[in-house]
Amino acid sequence: MHPSTTPEPHLPHLQPLVAKPGKYLVITLGGESYGIPVLAVREIIRLCPITPVANMPPHVRGVINLRGKIIPLVDLRTRFHLPTTDEHDRNCIVVTQLGGTAGGSRLYGVVVDGVEEVASFGASDIEPTPDFGGAIDVRFITGMAKSGHLVRTLIDLDRIAAADLVTAAVAQTSVHQALTPQALPQQDSP
Amino acid sequence: MTPDVPGNAARASDLLEQLALELAFTAAGAAVPPPIGDVLEQLTATCAAAPEPIRQAVTACRHWVAEDAAHGQLTAETIRAINDWQPWMVAAALAWDRGQPLAGMPAAWAAAAEAGLFAGNASGGAASGASGGRSSSEVAPAGETLDVTVLPEGFDDEMTELFCAESQDLLQEVEQGVLVLERNPADAASIDVVFRVFHTFKGNAGVLKLVVLQRLTHELESVLDAARRGKLVLGREAIDLILAGADVLRRYVAEILAQLAGHDRGRSIPLPIPDLIERVQRLLSDRSPALGAAAKPAVSTPAPAPPPAPAHAAQRLSQAAVPVAPLAAPVTSPASVSAQLPVSAPAPAAPATPAMLAAAAPVTPVAAPGSVRVDTLKLDGLIDLVGELVVAQSLVVQSPELTTVGSAELTRCLGQLRGITSDLQRTAMSLRMVPIGGTFRRMARLVRDLAVELGKEIDLRLEGEETELDRTLVEELADPLVHMIRNSADHGIELPAARVAAGKPPTGTITLRAFHQGGFIVIKIEDDGRGLSAERIRAKAVERGLVQPDEPLERADILDLIFRPGFSTAEQITGLSGRGVGMDVVRRGIEGIRGKVDVSSVEGRGTTFTLSVPLTLAIIDGLIVGVGDQRYIVPTLSVRESFRLTPGAVTTIQGRGEVVEVRGRLTPMLRLGRFLGDPGPVAPAAGSEGIVVVVESGQDCRCLLVDDLLGKQEVVIKSLGDMFRGRTAFAGAAILGDGRVGLILDVNALVKLKSAAGDAA
Repeated sequence: MHPSTTPEPHLPHLQPLVAKPGKYLVITLGGESYGIPVLAVREIIRLCPITPVANMPPHVRGVINLRGKIIPLVDLRTRFHLPTTDEHDRNCIVVTQLGGTAGGSRLYGVVVDGVEEVASFGASDIEPTPDFGGAIDVRFITGMAKSGHLVRTLIDLDRIAAADLVTAAVAQTSVHQALTPQALPQQDSP
Repeated sequence: MTPDVPGNAARASDLLEQLALELAFTAAGAAVPPPIGDVLEQLTATCAAAPEPIRQAVTACRHWVAEDAAHGQLTAETIRAINDWQPWMVAAALAWDRGQPLAGMPAAWAAAAEAGLFAGNASGGAASGASGGRSSSEVAPAGETLDVTVLPEGFDDEMTELFCAESQDLLQEVEQGVLVLERNPADAASIDVVFRVFHTFKGNAGVLKLVVLQRLTHELESVLDAARRGKLVLGREAIDLILAGADVLRRYVAEILAQLAGHDRGRSIPLPIPDLIERVQRLLSDRSPALGAAAKPAVSTPAPAPPPAPAHAAQRLSQAAVPVAPLAAPVTSPASVSAQLPVSAPAPAAPATPAMLAAAAPVTPVAAPGSVRVDTLKLDGLIDLVGELVVAQSLVVQSPELTTVGSAELTRCLGQLRGITSDLQRTAMSLRMVPIGGTFRRMARLVRDLAVELGKEIDLRLEGEETELDRTLVEELADPLVHMIRNSADHGIELPAARVAAGKPPTGTITLRAFHQGGFIVIKIEDDGRGLSAERIRAKAVERGLVQPDEPLERADILDLIFRPGFSTAEQITGLSGRGVGMDVVRRGIEGIRGKVDVSSVEGRGTTFTLSVPLTLAIIDGLIVGVGDQRYIVPTLSVRESFRLTPGAVTTIQGRGEVVEVRGRLTPMLRLGRFLGDPGPVAPAAGSEGIVVVVESGQDCRCLLVDDLLGKQEVVIKSLGDMFRGRTAFAGAAILGDGRVGLILDVNALVKLKSAAGDAA
């Protein structure tokens, strides 16, 4: 009953985002490097015991206990449809703070392969997202940053989380419809 | 509760009380009564050795009175200024007596104090000083008639405190609403908000038998009601009136708080309530623009010929307020709360009081020192951290390295650490949780008063008073409960004669029941009254334009109409209910805390309101079950029994549905591991090992097949967050003893799950 792939929800009116110059935390996923605005990062912790939550899309790994707070954990590798590999020492969880959503700031953990560095990207380093011709999902990408001969993809976690929320809501309504009291069979009449 | 202290400070308190009494019997425009001068003389002498601010304040007051005496009459400004001054002085005298540091006197009085000190001709200074002492004098035109108001004595401290805390919030809302209305007098939403605030205030005041407040709020409510019905445009005058009314309410509440804190309990304060009531009536009886214009100059000339009516009203009100005390006695407050007040007042409040005095002197002279309102987020954070501390502590204590040390000293220290952490945890938990009993008892009081007022015999039964819930939830639930109980008593329960005629006992019963169900706290309010009449509701809804006459509606839908705004089945407006605000306020309030409220009713037999409120944070007793390598928590309250599955106990239906016979009853079974998509080894069919946990929700049961029972633990329910909202299998999560997260099963949803959905995996 799991959806084997995550159907991408339809997000209304997503304007292309443009990355702002500033400091970015560079993370690795597979062989690729991505940048997350460092201001959104709350902390980086080692992998800890994860409690999976049933009936969630595969990239939602579950929940963890962050010093008494329960926060959801998303596997970015699975989220970006990258092949999975075994976990190793460098794997870690980047705890980010989501803003701009109703209900104030929330914490959200992403599992990444590793953390490289905090890099500063000036306005001249950042280029707009090229058109990949629909081959990949560019809605979460805010731009491409060059530093030296390396290119990093800048991503927006807020949007990823928002998309996950919509997915969850869609899943919820479909489950919920099956559970409305009117649809109940008489359980205890054998 | 007059502080029993010798010396000048106590003497000053007595004098202040005398002064208040004298002032209360004095109307604006009259000559300055000689006793006031005498008292002030004595006060000056008594306070000769007092700290600077007190002496200054006394000088200021003397100056105001002297100014007025020179003109031959006591002005309303002076009376008002002294009314503000008096509570400040009482608080200051108390602080003086205790040797606590004193804040400076409110700056507004400084001019008068200086003028009095140098005895110069400073009439301008006096005027500004007098009017400046009152923060909102511009919105409260001269109130000529003053009223002696009896304050609650021997009241349930806890209830009164709750009332005050809530009132302050409500008054805040009034102010915000009025600010909008000032710009846009036709803003329906704001009118509604202010109207409801006064309505709620009226109800609360009714519970505490604060007759005068009830009367005032009723009048203010009428203004808003007229506006709501489009009979009155909220002009400048009406807005002023509302604000002035809110000011009076605020001062009254501040005074109650001061008295709760031990300042001259039971003393009277003068309030211009009859004047306000009279103004409301004038406003409502004659809404011609001419009068509105004529009333305005009253702001500057403080004597539009006080007619005999206000004096009469004053008399009536003060009489009405007298029988308050004897009624109050039977309700006893929990010992912890009543004990807490006097104990905590002297010591911990010491640093806070002067600061608060300085910050809020004119309006709220004394802040309640009994408790501290803390942001719940901070509390949550604290509780989270304490939970982590307990986990870390047990990791240390159970660490294998430690067992090799074998030091008695270390063992002793670790034991102490464990004791402290568990105490700390208990305390932290208890910070947020309160039993609902306190709220229920408040309802007991309400029901009794309602019964007397309505001439009915009503018995209130309470069940599940010990059900603990979040403090914030208790606060949120109080209002809806008041509304619903009032509704049941007013509309539900019949008069004794009618009950006997219907073949029922003359005494009606309202049952208030609280319990946990599937991660929800359910509160049921059942009455055995006349029930809801679907036809009448429908007819009324059509009349109010809420539904079309020919709209096809199920009975449940019709009953649901009572939660629509603007609906009321009351034939006549009473002071209790019947303006149609009750039930929609209830629904709004409950939905605000993500709960739901439903009504069911059998005509002639009674009505049941069911509130279910989710636990944002609550402790439950959980049964921890193992499924595969995961652990889940089943709320123990939902567990009926558990047993080891014996071969052949499971009957398969159509190869998929499985039932187990439990005590002669066939109960559908859900393989939890399969349902939750556990990737572990799929257990072979029926005969395998496994434990059946029988859970129930309402009338229905379901067997959950789990691998193991791992123990019982009290857990704090935490929300899973937005991402998992609506995951029907889980009611939340909790942190288990080893620091990992355990998911709490939503038994309610699992029981009601369609069998097809459960076995599809």
